Amino acid sequence: MLLRHTPDTIIEREALTVQPAKTCQPVGAMYAALGIHRCLPHSHGSQGCCAYHRSSLTRHYKEPVMAGTSSFTEGASVFGGQANLLEAITNIFTLYNPDVLAIHTTCLSETIGDDVPQIVAKAREEGRVPEGKYIIRASTPSYIGSHVIGYANMVKGIVEGFSERGKTGRHVNIIPGFVEPPDMAEIKRLAKLTGIDPVLLTDTSGVLNGPQTGHYEMYPKGGTTIDNLKRTGYAKATIALGPIASGLGAKFIDTKYGVPCETLNLPIGIRATDKFVEALKRLGGVIDDEIEYERGQLMDAVTDMQQYFYQKKVALVGDPDQLVSFTEFLTDLGFSVRHVITGTPGKKFVGRIKDAAGTDQINVREASDYFYLHQLIKNEKVDLIIGNTYAKYISRDMDIPLVRTGFPIYDRIGHQYFPTVGYKGALLLIEKILGVLMDHQDRYCPEEQFELVM
Amino acid sequence: MTSIKSGFLKERTLQIFEKGIDTFEMTCDRVSTAGSISQRACTFCGSRVVLYPIVDALHLVHGAIGCAAYTWDIRGSMSSGPQLHRSSFCTDLREKEVIYGGEKKLKNALYILIEEHQPKAAFVYSTCIAGIIGDDVGAVCKEVQKKTGIAVIPVHSEGFKGTKKDGYRAACDALMRIIGMNDTPQVPLSVNILGDFNIAGEIWVIKKYFEQMGLKIVATLTGDARVEQIKSAHTAQLNIVQCSGSMRFLAKQMKEKYGIPFINASFSGINDTAKALYDAADFFCNKSVMENTRNLISNEIALITPFINSYRNKCKGKKAALYVGGAFKAMSLIKALRILGIQTILAGTQTGSKEDYEALKTLCDDGTVLLDDSNPIEMSKFIIEKKADLFIGGVKERPLAYKLGIAFCDHNHERKTGLAGFEGMVNFAREVSLSVNSPVWKFAPRRGREYYV
Repeated sequence: MLLRHTPDTIIEREALTVQPAKTCQPVGAMYAALGIHRCLPHSHGSQGCCAYHRSSLTRHYKEPVMAGTSSFTEGASVFGGQANLLEAITNIFTLYNPDVLAIHTTCLSETIGDDVPQIVAKAREEGRVPEGKYIIRASTPSYIGSHVIGYANMVKGIVEGFSERGKTGRHVNIIPGFVEPPDMAEIKRLAKLTGIDPVLLTDTSGVLNGPQTGHYEMYPKGGTTIDNLKRTGYAKATIALGPIASGLGAKFIDTKYGVPCETLNLPIGIRATDKFVEALKRLGGVIDDEIEYERGQLMDAVTDMQQYFYQKKVALVGDPDQLVSFTEFLTDLGFSVRHVITGTPGKKFVGRIKDAAGTDQINVREASDYFYLHQLIKNEKVDLIIGNTYAKYISRDMDIPLVRTGFPIYDRIGHQYFPTVGYKGALLLIEKILGVLMDHQDRYCPEEQFELVM
Repeated sequence: MTSIKSGFLKERTLQIFEKGIDTFEMTCDRVSTAGSISQRACTFCGSRVVLYPIVDALHLVHGAIGCAAYTWDIRGSMSSGPQLHRSSFCTDLREKEVIYGGEKKLKNALYILIEEHQPKAAFVYSTCIAGIIGDDVGAVCKEVQKKTGIAVIPVHSEGFKGTKKDGYRAACDALMRIIGMNDTPQVPLSVNILGDFNIAGEIWVIKKYFEQMGLKIVATLTGDARVEQIKSAHTAQLNIVQCSGSMRFLAKQMKEKYGIPFINASFSGINDTAKALYDAADFFCNKSVMENTRNLISNEIALITPFINSYRNKCKGKKAALYVGGAFKAMSLIKALRILGIQTILAGTQTGSKEDYEALKTLCDDGTVLLDDSNPIEMSKFIIEKKADLFIGGVKERPLAYKLGIAFCDHNHERKTGLAGFEGMVNFAREVSLSVNSPVWKFAPRRGREYYV
């Protein structure tokens, strides 16, 4: 069996990562950039990086994902990638005609010390960037942070590249974090229901979950427009959803343009969504009947089914911002969250999870991997695992039901279309969780306890 | 005649060829033009996919986490035993190592993993970052090999070194270091099978054929391979080389070093499979082998013909586009599609060579477009213009086909049924037929909601 290699005894190790619970920065940068309308991400590194990120996003969304690459060669890695990037800039604008080119770096171009701002300036001087076209950039070394940090860095790069000064408007910037396209759509919908005009940084809805059209559209309809990106510099406020993925960009707009920012947890679950809605209210939004109705429905479902949640043990794996909200939500439902691990490094994570769980008696680790999680579960079995596709190995090995969430999900659909944020998202999550728990019970309970009505 | 190529990069014109109109020699084997959206990967990717199916070896990625995360169990290479190859091990280099070097970390990781898993050999993949910070991966491997007694092989697969093809070469170099480690005598009537990676269990089908022919298989490189077999691979009398791109280097090196001749083979489609088996039988000039082969082929063909005929009735007249890794596969597919009455209107490859494209030109019908190292814009343009009903390709091509509303068949890592050999032809025919005849295409936008009429 696949994961029978994992020994029960936990050994502390620093030299290696086994079954990673993260990937590298550039894919996050690519994802953030795809949320800009008519933007082509560009990977300044070897061809393989770009191919891997694109394959990974394609497997996750089942959509074509486009990005350019500087196609580093041995020569470029010795003499620098300037010539490649300059040539790439010319070729990309000539051939693919994006409005925005979003360049991110890789471990290779970072280490050889390519000065991307200088190269971009040179490209502008040499007239390689057509009138009305934009280049933005982010530094995303693969040996620091994780894909989540790459997302954060690119969001910062986007506001750095676009935000303009102006008379403070009524619109509100919302940085949704590394969440799915339907989550971004749901965040927008909630904001609009309260009467707030949201500008999302960025918005992949309609880009990575678009309809079948019969032809190939390199730049689908969705994505935040350049005009809206410019407006971020004179918004009324910025709401950053999740400090790790969204805090950096929000703070940058605050510092540079004086747009006040508020950092909240990702609105996954009852409390976190309440807080998001309250924040919208503080910014002048009006809580609409529809929002109250959705919350009421969620609470109705929660109370109907609470006995199936109570004291069930859960293990969580994924990205830090999501995990904090999940821990809070599941604890609120009565679950006992036992193990929480993320691959993304960050010392504050442990404290945030313990606060969300309301206890110190919980196994939490940052900069960790699936191997460690498997060992934890071997030592203390759980009733449910919530994680991405890679959690399926543990799920199968230990026969524990799995609810898929986060990135990547290569083996199911749904995440492209249905949100996990907001009251609606929480309801969908509950439905999923109950589905796997009850299926498990139906299949494994003794015949005399097999119930028709649950 | 107006060119089909209007609107493409000037640098690309020699990589797009339309039979019956163009006459030039196609340019290929080059690094993608910077800035072009390529479907290609890097050296590391090439090495990783070739060595990955060695199931009882430890595969350690020395680099940043992405390289390991993206190659974690993505290739459906099946194992009949150990599953060690499906785990993802990585030194996960951080800023500290980028500054001070990662050799110490690599050494520690190797010691821990070798003790824990007792692998038969270890492959250490050197990635861009490992190469650029100047880690001496070779020296570390040597030291660990000496201390642990197992073969610890560096794979020089730094991504910037070139294309996927250069990665194949690095993998072949690594394999050459293992081949010959066992000091065993030549095995009579024996072969190695090179270039099959046991996706969806295909090597098991091929193995079965050779065994029925009365030949012994020394090593499979690398589908469902064991290190011990690879160590003895030099004792086989003939190398059967499938997948032109990846393993020709190894066959050439083995010929040079051990004098083992090789023949090219393809196990895609009826004709190519039969030819491959006959070629192998011919080589041995052995009466019983030849008779076994004849019987095997006629039995198999008799067995599958009714199925193929029934699928042909369902598929004939359809048009296909294909984009695959190697040109050899493209040629096999074109022939296999012909048997099903399907015309190929577009054929592209990531790694085709000049000779490959010349051969493709001969094989194709007039009007067929050939593409080297293509991208979605080019492909979708030709698919629509040439009215393809089916697209055959890999992971990045699938959603493109579906966006256009045409059928798709995966002939790459993600295929779920074996497409090799005679039974593979039936599987292929079934998959193609199921896909092109699926009722969902009637809702495709290009049909203009004709189902209402």
